[in-house]
Amino acid sequence: MREIEVQKLTDNIRDMCIEAVHELSPDMLDVFQSACESEKSPLGKKILEQLQENLKIAKEDRIPICQDTGMAVVFLEVGQDVHFTGGNVENAVNEGVRRGYVEGYLRKSVVGDPIIRENTKDNTPAVVYYEIVPGDQVKITVAPKGFGSENMSRIFMLKPADGIDGVRQAILTAVKDAGPNACPPMVVGVGIGGTFEKCALLAKKALTRNAGERSSIPYVADLEREMLEKINKLGIGPGGLGGSTTALAVNINTYATHIAGLPVAVNICCHVNRHAVRVI
Amino acid sequence: MERHIQVPLCEEDARLLKAGDYVYLSGTVYSARDAAHKRMKEALDQGKRLPVEWKNNVIYYMGPSPAREGRPIGSAGPTTASRMDRYTPELLDLGLKGMIGKGKRTKEVKDAMIRNGAVYFAAVGGAGALLSKCIIESEIVAYEDLGTEAVRRLKIKDFPVIVVMDSHGNDLYETAVSEYAEL
Repeated sequence: MREIEVQKLTDNIRDMCIEAVHELSPDMLDVFQSACESEKSPLGKKILEQLQENLKIAKEDRIPICQDTGMAVVFLEVGQDVHFTGGNVENAVNEGVRRGYVEGYLRKSVVGDPIIRENTKDNTPAVVYYEIVPGDQVKITVAPKGFGSENMSRIFMLKPADGIDGVRQAILTAVKDAGPNACPPMVVGVGIGGTFEKCALLAKKALTRNAGERSSIPYVADLEREMLEKINKLGIGPGGLGGSTTALAVNINTYATHIAGLPVAVNICCHVNRHAVRVI
Repeated sequence: MERHIQVPLCEEDARLLKAGDYVYLSGTVYSARDAAHKRMKEALDQGKRLPVEWKNNVIYYMGPSPAREGRPIGSAGPTTASRMDRYTPELLDLGLKGMIGKGKRTKEVKDAMIRNGAVYFAAVGGAGALLSKCIIESEIVAYEDLGTEAVRRLKIKDFPVIVVMDSHGNDLYETAVSEYAEL
């Protein structure tokens, strides 16, 4: 049994919120660079160059990459031999988010109730997911999610007979409908299988996988490559103003499902696909 | 075509702009997004005055991140315009001449743009740090309690935008995409 003070969660999450909205991880920088080199449209190329310049300014001048610094989505993978001390875990997570957003000059974009819509003024609460895993460490992933792209995400409850072709169509439909609204070039997170809510969570989690890293399941890795190619033939392009770079990556996660179902969730993220990871 | 335009702008100048023009805007614009639009609609329904006289003015659909010391504003890129579509035709009929945002608009908005001679500019979504450098001054003029969603008067200089929808019914989102579509 290893004891971890919940204050450690707070301190790390505070810093990770601030870090994630100012600097993209190296995997995102790599796919950006290759997109700049391959983009066919002159206007598309110009937009990609502006986005790269934007990343540089954000990092150097400490201005968030995007003003929508998101709703904080936090994944905690907790080793089963960990014992948290010093307080309530979820409160500690929210305190980290609160401090990150208030002290880091990040935008407060959360309303406390979806209908009454009063801003909570500190960007809490976060959306927190827990997973119990072997070991005595805690893996924290902070993924502040912007809503321009979140709003364009979809779930499709397909029939088993729709098969992999149905999955292909669902992904293309979601991306096509998202078009310029989701701030392309996008990163497309896909969940296939599970139940209704598990499928959506698979898609969300897929967005936290590094952009250049393919699935370990061979047919899924092939589907990721194929769908990236197909999406980039839609013509939507950077900013939705035409071009050959509509997506920077397609990440697909799968899970077992029921004999009667084939759920497919498409969680779309803009090019500011933020995910900071630390292990404590 | 590349142009430098002063804002506010009159209908005659707005009608000269064509979908596809790359434009640098300088002058004064006002930020407003979801919650501010809802309040303006309520004010109109109650016969009250709006916080901004929209005639010939340009609206920027944007809610900034907080400014650090010594800076006028934080990150300040466009938000999705379609969420404001329900309120937009009424503002266009009141003389609103330009909108800066990103993403598609409804037919009702396009019709009102044609009717009133207005233009819809796209700024690059997700380039909030870069675009903030083109904002020289920012001052809250209404609905301060809304935080990031308050209405702000912004002084801008060489703010880069692209005309995506003009007052003649052209839509760059449709034409440019079909040019590169292979599927």
